[in-house]
Amino acid sequence: MISPKEVLHIAKLARIELTDAELVKFQKELAGVLDYFEILQEVEVSPVAPMTHAVPLENVYRLDECKAKVDGMASRLLEMAPETKDGYLKVKPIL
Amino acid sequence: MDELTIRQLHEKLKNKEFSAEEIVESSFKNIEQKDANLNAFITPTRELALAQAKEIDEKIARAEQIPLLAGVPCAVKDSILVDGVRCTAGSKILENYIAPYDATVAQKLRKEGVLFVGKTNLDEFNMGASTENSAFGVTKNPYDETRVAGGSSGGSAASVAANEALVALGADTGGSIRLPAAFCGVVGLKPTYGTVSRHGLIAMASSLDQIGPIAKTAEDAEAVFEAICGRDALDATSLAYQYESLSDFDVKNLRVGVAKEFFGEGLMPQIAEFVKAAIHKLEQAGATVQEISLPHAKYALAAYYIINTSEVSANLARFDGIRYGKSASRGQNLLDIYLQSRGEYLGAEVKRRIMLGTYALSAGYYDAYYLKAQKVRTLLQHDFAAAFTDVDVIMGPPSPFLPFKIGERTEDPLTMYLVDLYTVPVNLVGLPALSLPVGYAQGLPVGLQIIGKPLQENLLFAVAKDLEKLV
Repeated sequence: MISPKEVLHIAKLARIELTDAELVKFQKELAGVLDYFEILQEVEVSPVAPMTHAVPLENVYRLDECKAKVDGMASRLLEMAPETKDGYLKVKPIL
Repeated sequence: MDELTIRQLHEKLKNKEFSAEEIVESSFKNIEQKDANLNAFITPTRELALAQAKEIDEKIARAEQIPLLAGVPCAVKDSILVDGVRCTAGSKILENYIAPYDATVAQKLRKEGVLFVGKTNLDEFNMGASTENSAFGVTKNPYDETRVAGGSSGGSAASVAANEALVALGADTGGSIRLPAAFCGVVGLKPTYGTVSRHGLIAMASSLDQIGPIAKTAEDAEAVFEAICGRDALDATSLAYQYESLSDFDVKNLRVGVAKEFFGEGLMPQIAEFVKAAIHKLEQAGATVQEISLPHAKYALAAYYIINTSEVSANLARFDGIRYGKSASRGQNLLDIYLQSRGEYLGAEVKRRIMLGTYALSAGYYDAYYLKAQKVRTLLQHDFAAAFTDVDVIMGPPSPFLPFKIGERTEDPLTMYLVDLYTVPVNLVGLPALSLPVGYAQGLPVGLQIIGKPLQENLLFAVAKDLEKLV
């Protein structure tokens, strides 16, 4: 069964801060779902290739060219960011 | 006006029996009366609909031709972008997000002259089967307000059932169109993967997500599907596809497969009864019916939730408190911002799925979970291909359950996942499937799921139109 320590590790990888109550709840719930996934152990899959897409599509290419810009799009996108400065996204220090 | 089909509305609008503006007022009369209870809409867009109506009315006044969908009130699931309108995806983290552009489907419908009446409620980021995971409250079932409308496109299905909109757009990753359609007694189509552009749909699981129509009749759903499908340069997985209605369909040539795996333990007997009765009516009308088997269907749900959560963990990495949406302000460094923004503003089911997917993709577990699930997907594809050599369509119930009580399945996530038992196989393989209302058990709608071969939406609609006359 997945341990609380493992859940904390996964949460950190997923960049989600958990409260103590959430940790208890999620450990139980994740364990239940992972337990359900065990049903796949019954299936013999060695003869088949994994399916990567529902519809067989070859690589789709397009020319790397500049399309007409939508006026004001850059500023509309920036307006949706929590913090900006001089037309850039602003982030906190990484260290 | 509530009783009209698209075609009837079109004729009456052209003949000036009413104006497009009056259509908007009629929709909003219902929204004002009903939506305080139903909660189908997160953001009604009356001003937008009125502005669109004005354009249509001016065209009619100038005696210009109008497209079939002009003046049709349309609700849009709130994970699909409509330019200039708030788009929350049912999440606190996007509570104040304004869509900076149209999704391709929204742009196509806008060109057809539909009237966008509002953005509808959904499980947060499409994750759920009841809309109970919405940060904006549950959508209630129009047939019984103590019960759920289904999910995740619950608001879209409820809005159509309650005549708040004539048609709606939903998105279906594992049943999110077909299930609420069945629960609300309306028609819903999950198209073949790739027939409808996903550009501008807030992604949950990209290899499974597909936008589709919800409507009161198969003919109306068909009209919306025809308008939204086709190749889009902005979605590399979209297919060069043009819809053509079947003109020579004869039910006598139809071979129906009934998958025994869809009638297993756990299926409510009342649902089995109605679904079998509908299939029997087709048989009486001349169709041949035979039992088929999908031996790997019982593994579909586990494979689905591994693939879904894996793709979720990647897709939802973009909600980081930096680029858009809400940001926790307490953090001193970048990592704190990530951890706290996601910890604070994402809901429980979203966190659960991100963590499950992170686990399934993490070092040492990839082969056991993700790779295995992708191989099960191939086996399921073989099952369907084998079945489709003998039959044209496969039928069964969309869900083992009737609309359930609000709160009945929220305690344990697995009990909610089981609601998707019969809908997820189709998404794993990319097939089209339609849910059609076929009766009422204890006053609650019962649906029938019709699954087709890839790109045979036209056959699904033809069968559905015949069935509407039979049941």
